[in-house]
Amino acid sequence: MANSENVKTSSAGSWKNLLRNQCFIPIAALLLLAVFNLIVDPTFFRITFGYNSAGNPVLSGAIIDIINNGSELAILAIGMTLVTAASGGQDISVGAAIAIAGSVILRVLCGGNARPETLEAPIIVAFLVACVVAMLFGAFNGVLVAYFKIQPMIATLILYTAGRSIAAWINNNELPVISDPKFAYFGGFIPGIPIPTPFFIAVACMIVVGLALKFTNLRLYTQSVGINQSSARLNGLNPELIKVMTFVILGLCVAVAGLIKVSRVSSINYSVIAKDIEMDAILAVALGGNALSGGKFSMAASIIGAFVIQCLTTTLYKYGVPATALPAYKAVVVILLVIVSAPTVREYFSTLVKKMKLKGEVA
Amino acid sequence: MKKRLAVLLAGAMVMATLAGCGNGGTAETSAPATTDAPAAEPEAPAAEPEAEAEAPAEPEAEAEAPAAGGDLIKVGIINNDPSESGYRTANDADLKATFTEANGYSAQFAYGNPAVGNANEDQVKAAQQFIQDEVDYLLLSAADTAGWDTVLQDAQDAGVQVILFDRTIDADEGLYAASIVSDMDKEGQTAVDWLATQGLETYNIIHLQGQMGSAAQQGRTKALDEKVAAEANWNMVEQQTASWNAENAQQIVQSVISSGKEFNVIYAENDDMAKGAVAALDAANISHGVGKDVIVMGFDCNKWALEELLAGNWNYDGQCNPFQSSYISDVIKTLESGGTPAEKVIIMEEKGFDASTITAEDVEKYGI
Repeated sequence: MANSENVKTSSAGSWKNLLRNQCFIPIAALLLLAVFNLIVDPTFFRITFGYNSAGNPVLSGAIIDIINNGSELAILAIGMTLVTAASGGQDISVGAAIAIAGSVILRVLCGGNARPETLEAPIIVAFLVACVVAMLFGAFNGVLVAYFKIQPMIATLILYTAGRSIAAWINNNELPVISDPKFAYFGGFIPGIPIPTPFFIAVACMIVVGLALKFTNLRLYTQSVGINQSSARLNGLNPELIKVMTFVILGLCVAVAGLIKVSRVSSINYSVIAKDIEMDAILAVALGGNALSGGKFSMAASIIGAFVIQCLTTTLYKYGVPATALPAYKAVVVILLVIVSAPTVREYFSTLVKKMKLKGEVA
Repeated sequence: MKKRLAVLLAGAMVMATLAGCGNGGTAETSAPATTDAPAAEPEAPAAEPEAEAEAPAEPEAEAEAPAAGGDLIKVGIINNDPSESGYRTANDADLKATFTEANGYSAQFAYGNPAVGNANEDQVKAAQQFIQDEVDYLLLSAADTAGWDTVLQDAQDAGVQVILFDRTIDADEGLYAASIVSDMDKEGQTAVDWLATQGLETYNIIHLQGQMGSAAQQGRTKALDEKVAAEANWNMVEQQTASWNAENAQQIVQSVISSGKEFNVIYAENDDMAKGAVAALDAANISHGVGKDVIVMGFDCNKWALEELLAGNWNYDGQCNPFQSSYISDVIKTLESGGTPAEKVIIMEEKGFDASTITAEDVEKYGI
């Protein structure tokens, strides 16, 4: 994970190492956005300390908004990176799956009553049920992909179309509202802690996945399945099982993101919750310079990619980009970033740097 | 081996498709075949109070219908997916509660759901099915405004009366008997007029728009845009679409707060977005509601939103009336007795609620 340490200061190798590092592009994009904001309006970086209406200390400012609102995306990027690496495809049903997970949480908490005075079950129980459900749906996707060899995008298209209806059905089409302030902690602030909770949840997820990648064979197995399935099998791995496992892990990420999403508003709207988030999650993986056809991956780069996307969104909101034009602006920036992070372009730049250095030595 | 795999694969795909449709496919074209009046039963008790809420205005709405005798009036109802929004859920429940056998109707329901295919196409197919089934009345809330001429002509030829509700279509007026709609422009105007009576020195408004291009967005935006253009002390601090989404609204308001701009009005085009905006205000400790720093306005009259009004946390909520069934049954009764409705386009009465005058009764009666 600590890729920045790879950037050596020795003058000879520094440029090459920097360009070769997968985190270079997303970090450069982040810096670019930061510099842009610094020049246009330095108040972007202002963080103010205050108290919310419940009297609890909170930090606010654009940077806080970014780490707050980017949390779900970062969590999803973790799962999406693994799915991409192992299966060479993407899960487009995560938005719908978040609706399902969120609906399950509310269903368990409300016990079928749309407006409960008290919670019917502890929040942790609701969350665990949602985890199980989301992992089952993940396994469903995974089995279609791994055992029935359906293209991931097609396999997950099923849940993509059906998911929001399933979510509505879970709560009998009602829109439950939870009044217990404790439930809002997960998407807001815990009393006494001025940093938004989603960020802590995201960091916890990053630590867990970081440890898993360091101390288990997760990385080795997913990469080898993604690079060459047959040779992975010949080496005694079970590629199908590993693919299903990555989808189940993504299911877990979905449940966590779902908890944050429904907690933010203490309610749900089936048709708009986490809308189009699957595209942002896939984009985060792409921005991280990971091959969307599977194989080797950098988890850190994906996560940074997720925050780049959120940074872009917040920046565009900040400058009041005309409402209807917002997606277009986003698309332009995204195209640029993806082109720059494409392996062929990176190759071209590194040879260019090499040539320049040669010239310099000759002169 | 390969063959066996292919068979397995085909089987899996069929199963998968079935699983997908089984759960989400209420709106499939097969809907007319599977839906029937008894399906309305379980929904009815929950929806009863709302249906009755309208009754005082039209006292005979429910009581008189059985007078038709043993003959049930056959109606085919084509609506949009009830899970689309709280509005649609209330609308569907209201229709199901009114068009029951007890009230003298035999009703079939079909839904168009954009998540499971082409909603409008599915609705057209359902309409053709209903015409074949020889329904007396076709009630229609079309997903799209276009593409209805042929099927409505078929309906006319077959002697089926068409009544549009909730949404109008681009078709010749002669093709339908009546159209019962909300006037979105008026909803916006009512809200803006209310805001003007608040007597603020300057109005610095954050305007959260719905899905751009939708009728509700256009109507609710129009009145505000005109007022801001006309008055010197009305300023638009931010005008942004949050696509009906609470979370987007929260982000937009957060970014306005972070940038330090002054504002004292949140004009959100639905309740969800108002809720998101309020979450952002709460996080920044900006007071809102009756007699506080920021005026909060929403639309749609969800029950939870009206409760916020009652508690004084919000200031205004504009109604978008989903209870069209009593109007529809009035029209049907007029047509059954040989008359024609006085007006082709019937605009429903819609209220705007002020937090300082709303009562617990209103919350029960008008909340959806």
